[in-house]
Amino acid sequence: MQITGAQMVIEAFIAEGVDTVFGYPGGAIMNVYDEIYKQNGFKHILNRHEQASIHAAEGYAKASGKVGVAMITSGPGFTNAVTGLADAYMDSVPLVVVSGQVPMSLIGTDGFQEIDAVGISRPCTKHNYLVTNAADLPRILKEAFYIARSGRPGPVHVDIPKDVTAQIAEFNYDIELDLETYKPHTKGNPRQIKKAIEAIAKAKRPLFYLGGGIINSNASYEVRELVHKTGIPAVETLMARGVLSYDDDLLISMLGMHGSYAANMAMSETDLVIGLGVRFDDRVTGKLSEFAKNADVIHVDIDPASISKLVNADYPIVGDVKNVVIEMLALVEQIDSDNYESWRETISNFDELHPLTFHEDTDRLKPQWVVKRVGELLGDSANISTDVGQHQMWAAQFYPFTRPNQWITSGGLGTMGFGFPAAIGVKVATPDKTSVNFTGDGSILMNVQELMTAVEKKIPVINIILNNNFLGMVRQWQTLFYNKRHSETDLSVQPDFVKLSEAFGGIGYRVTTKEEFDAALKDAVEKNVVAFIEVIVERFENVMPMVPSGGSLFNMMLLEKKETK
Amino acid sequence: MTENSERRVVSVIVINEASVLSRITNLFSGRGYNITSLTVAPIPDTRYSRLTIVTAGSVRVIEQITKQLHKLIPVLKVYEHADIVEKEMALVKFPITENITDIGTLCQAYNGKIVNVGDNVVIAMVADEPHRIDNFLSIIKRYNPKEIVRGGAVALER
Ligand SMILES: Cc1ncc(C[n+]2csc(CCOP(=O)(O)OP(=O)(O)O)c2C)c(N)n1
Ligand SMILES: [Mg+2]
Repeated sequence: MQITGAQMVIEAFIAEGVDTVFGYPGGAIMNVYDEIYKQNGFKHILNRHEQASIHAAEGYAKASGKVGVAMITSGPGFTNAVTGLADAYMDSVPLVVVSGQVPMSLIGTDGFQEIDAVGISRPCTKHNYLVTNAADLPRILKEAFYIARSGRPGPVHVDIPKDVTAQIAEFNYDIELDLETYKPHTKGNPRQIKKAIEAIAKAKRPLFYLGGGIINSNASYEVRELVHKTGIPAVETLMARGVLSYDDDLLISMLGMHGSYAANMAMSETDLVIGLGVRFDDRVTGKLSEFAKNADVIHVDIDPASISKLVNADYPIVGDVKNVVIEMLALVEQIDSDNYESWRETISNFDELHPLTFHEDTDRLKPQWVVKRVGELLGDSANISTDVGQHQMWAAQFYPFTRPNQWITSGGLGTMGFGFPAAIGVKVATPDKTSVNFTGDGSILMNVQELMTAVEKKIPVINIILNNNFLGMVRQWQTLFYNKRHSETDLSVQPDFVKLSEAFGGIGYRVTTKEEFDAALKDAVEKNVVAFIEVIVERFENVMPMVPSGGSLFNMMLLEKKETK
Repeated sequence: MTENSERRVVSVIVINEASVLSRITNLFSGRGYNITSLTVAPIPDTRYSRLTIVTAGSVRVIEQITKQLHKLIPVLKVYEHADIVEKEMALVKFPITENITDIGTLCQAYNGKIVNVGDNVVIAMVADEPHRIDNFLSIIKRYNPKEIVRGGAVALER
């Protein structure tokens, strides 16, 4: 059929099964918005800032496992979205982001709201396109969705000049893609897999190192089976929370800069690292030369560029984690889980020596208590998003995750302002779950305008603001490494968060005691509207344990020991 | 912790389309790596072009760049060469007053000749291994070359 470029965008979205588009209109994308007005194949959510549209699409993608979709205009609309693109790129989130561009005749003339969008998005997307002819749109859009979700997922940006959205051309979406140069390796090499299993069978102190790739590959349940059948203990990265359930005996905890003592010690003492969907991020490894120093490394990842990038892999396996783990399960009889009994004991001794915990030793509520309490009250029924800072680490350490896709956080880029819009996307994707965003008094102000989006579209996100009147994580570093010079991190001057939420039509609570907190959370869940629960917490609490930047995993600063009453 | 920096030749086969060159050079510039030379030309009767990139860097970084190059969607193949035939071309402009016979003989030793004679200048062409081109260019200094253009290396695996 002969239709306009703008109509093609709509038709392609519908053909891809898109049910929600997050976006913000403007001059260059108006033809497409006109078609959005006329259609009813999907809903559009108007965020109040383009960065929030991208984060919302990310939240939607991470909670649903589908491709998130966002739409923005040229110039400032696009540049506002760049942080979101970079965030999605770093965390391998599948997105298709369509932006308007000035008409072809104005490109290169410093036209109104012209910016070289593909030039800017190139280093922070998996792929991008400048569409110069409407006849190319069906193929480009189909490629965009395919590239976003296949292989190592990531954001794909499609920039469409305004005149191209008005051009009429033939639309046929039923086409075979011819991507001769893009063929992700999904099957692991069977010989390598066999060798890896043999290495595991021989190891004395093997350790699963589980990463976010498992969630992308939808392999958590296969990984659970592999862990249980082998009896090998496991640590998770920040991005892998929920791959194993919190109450799994074989889950040690999170590792890395704010990982548990036992997780970091296990990594330091293991003789065989079994890395699944990981990338050896510097926040995980600490000082590289001391990382898992005495261990061989099995590394399974779909991205060949991740393998042996930082740590040399003795058993590199390029493939989709799910396929590889299924292959491993077929060979699992060779492994005798009894062999690791004393290793498991060693690890539980580590955990007894320095358990992951906190002290309730001040009048004010402890932020960790708040996280635990939400876990007790909501547990599996909530999906958890976060912003970036101390609250994020406490949420990762203390929330009882029970399933994959329950945990939505900005790991690679560490973007303050991610949490609230992401939680909106999460709620849209999984309406039957309570969507909770743990945030800080700093971060929440970075996308606070999303109160309006949530009120307008009736998206009941519960924002729990752990208010320490500080840019807490930076303050912690200043306390520990800058001799307490708290340069520009004191947030004593603050808005009235309750009134702020109410001003937009949301609800707000300010709590200082446990009883008040319980009451507020229950009330917010019942009222089912967007909420701020501002919790006044201990100001000077530090996230512990901590591996100082560049230090070795086994050299942790630890929580002070105290008599327990 | 400085790793040894080595001269490396990387060939990349890419779909011949707009923006592909900047995708590739971005990977180098984003890491602060200099490209020593770069040649691009279409491969006859295909939709592909071949790039030959000469760069210098540690083995680890070059290996990483090669893998990243491979990840780019329009890239078909990346070769990091060990056993290759490598050639480069250079054009040099001399004043007509120099000893043209000597220059011509020298050129022959480097697979070249005088290719243009004008009123005031002659232009000589040579094609040889890049390090031999270095030699040639240093030898001909005494003939007061007015302008030198090097073509950048092209390479094929043996
Ligand atoms: C956009 C952005 N700017 C700056 C930072 C650096 N940064 C990391 S954590 C942090 C403090 C966050 O403060 P808050 O949201 O109150 O969380 P807290 O650490 O107090 O829990 C800052 C400024 C960042 N991660 N993102
Ligand atoms: Mg704070």
